[in-house]
Amino acid sequence: MSALLEVSGLRKSYGDRVVLDDIALSVDAHDVICLIGSSGSGKSTLLRCLNLLEDIDDGMITFEGAEISDPRVDARRIRSRIGMVFQAYNLFPHLSVLDNCTLAPRKVQGVQRADAEARAMSLLEKFGLADHATKHPDRLSGGQQQRAALVRALCTQPTLLLLDEITAALDPELVGEVLEIVRAEAESGMTMVLATHEMSFAREVATSVCFLSEGRILEQGPPAEIFSNPREERTRQFLRRVL
Amino acid sequence: MTIVVFVVLSLVVTGSPGWPQVKALFFSWPDAREALPDIGAAIWLNIKMFLIAEVFILVFGMLIAMARVSRSPWLVPLRIVGVVYTDVIRGIPTLLLVYLLAFGMPALHLQGLPNGAFFWATVALIISYSAYVAEVFRSGIESVHPSQWASAQALGLSRGQTLRHVVIPQAVRRVVPPLLNDFVSLQKDTALASVAGVFEAVFVARDYGNYNFNYTPLVVVACFFIVLTVPLARLTDWLSARYRRRELAGAL
Repeated sequence: MSALLEVSGLRKSYGDRVVLDDIALSVDAHDVICLIGSSGSGKSTLLRCLNLLEDIDDGMITFEGAEISDPRVDARRIRSRIGMVFQAYNLFPHLSVLDNCTLAPRKVQGVQRADAEARAMSLLEKFGLADHATKHPDRLSGGQQQRAALVRALCTQPTLLLLDEITAALDPELVGEVLEIVRAEAESGMTMVLATHEMSFAREVATSVCFLSEGRILEQGPPAEIFSNPREERTRQFLRRVL
Repeated sequence: MTIVVFVVLSLVVTGSPGWPQVKALFFSWPDAREALPDIGAAIWLNIKMFLIAEVFILVFGMLIAMARVSRSPWLVPLRIVGVVYTDVIRGIPTLLLVYLLAFGMPALHLQGLPNGAFFWATVALIISYSAYVAEVFRSGIESVHPSQWASAQALGLSRGQTLRHVVIPQAVRRVVPPLLNDFVSLQKDTALASVAGVFEAVFVARDYGNYNFNYTPLVVVACFFIVLTVPLARLTDWLSARYRRRELAGAL
């Protein structure tokens, strides 16, 4: 069986500054790939390229067996199959939590309001947010907002979830409640690519860890290998700093 | 201290050599009472003009703003029209627009278009204020953070859907105070219709002055406008305070 997502030779630059260079990555169904590396190493840009929020300069991205980096591809169809959660939650402040979650299913996928709400409510309930469904995001804590953002991404029933440092903006005591959900999703078989600074979480949940440095994947392997016995000197330096 | 300032100011005004004449000409109680019913009736025309114009201004202003923030190559002509429109119209004094339309359009003898001064004065206000309101809406749209666009697009929404469901609702909430500010100004600018011969409050007041050599009715009209605009101004303040409170709540 071919991979769910396959990246080869991906290159991305802003003007003269190359932010991603010769990236190759293969994601099978049920994989949890953790991207680690210092700020500015290209983790976020890579995620944004994967769901076509950024145009790439070179290379190829294949998703569900079809090339999606072709400019003629309808990016909206791809994006509604790939969920994305951002560091700063990016919930829509003028809509209630429930409306945040049902907007895309209703407007993009044409799901009836009642069905979309039923699905959103069951997910909100699962993640302990049922009481907050009618509230506006500003009334929620950071952890609750990020959980709501996760539910919003799951409501479109994506086959791949991209998480961009989703705990980086949270107070330390709120990180756990968000990671709990990610862990639950990983265990139930959701395919994920996540950029993270939570090394212990990566070690525990990841099926594979990629170390990015200066826009390249310097080293990739199972977490046990990367964290205990990294091949590259730069990976060792990075891990010494963060662990 | 405040009281002293006001007392001194009023003494300076009432003590000036011309005060008796000014008082007789502008602040004559009998004349005010005599003109009041006519002005009261005429001010309804101002209010009617304001209410009609407001609806069209909101619609046109939003359409122009949307054209100006569009990115589709198909809409380039529309975008150019939007830019030229706002630049040109905002450069023309509203008074001149009223003159041009109220006297110029009927002179064209176009079939099927009304010739009334009220109609064309209202159109002039709509044309003028749409340009201002479009810029207010546009600044609101551009104030919405790009991350909102990103997350809407990550969910699969098109640019149009993002604008409609995510960006414009937030933009409109933010620009309510400056929008109401423009409407306070519009309320007063309905007085410009008097130059086109519309029988609204200012015209009635001037008419009275020309017959009776007394301009007190102009002061009466001013009072009417104050009474009309103060509630709108307070509403503006109240709304901005409410949004500020809400944004602070979000920052906690």
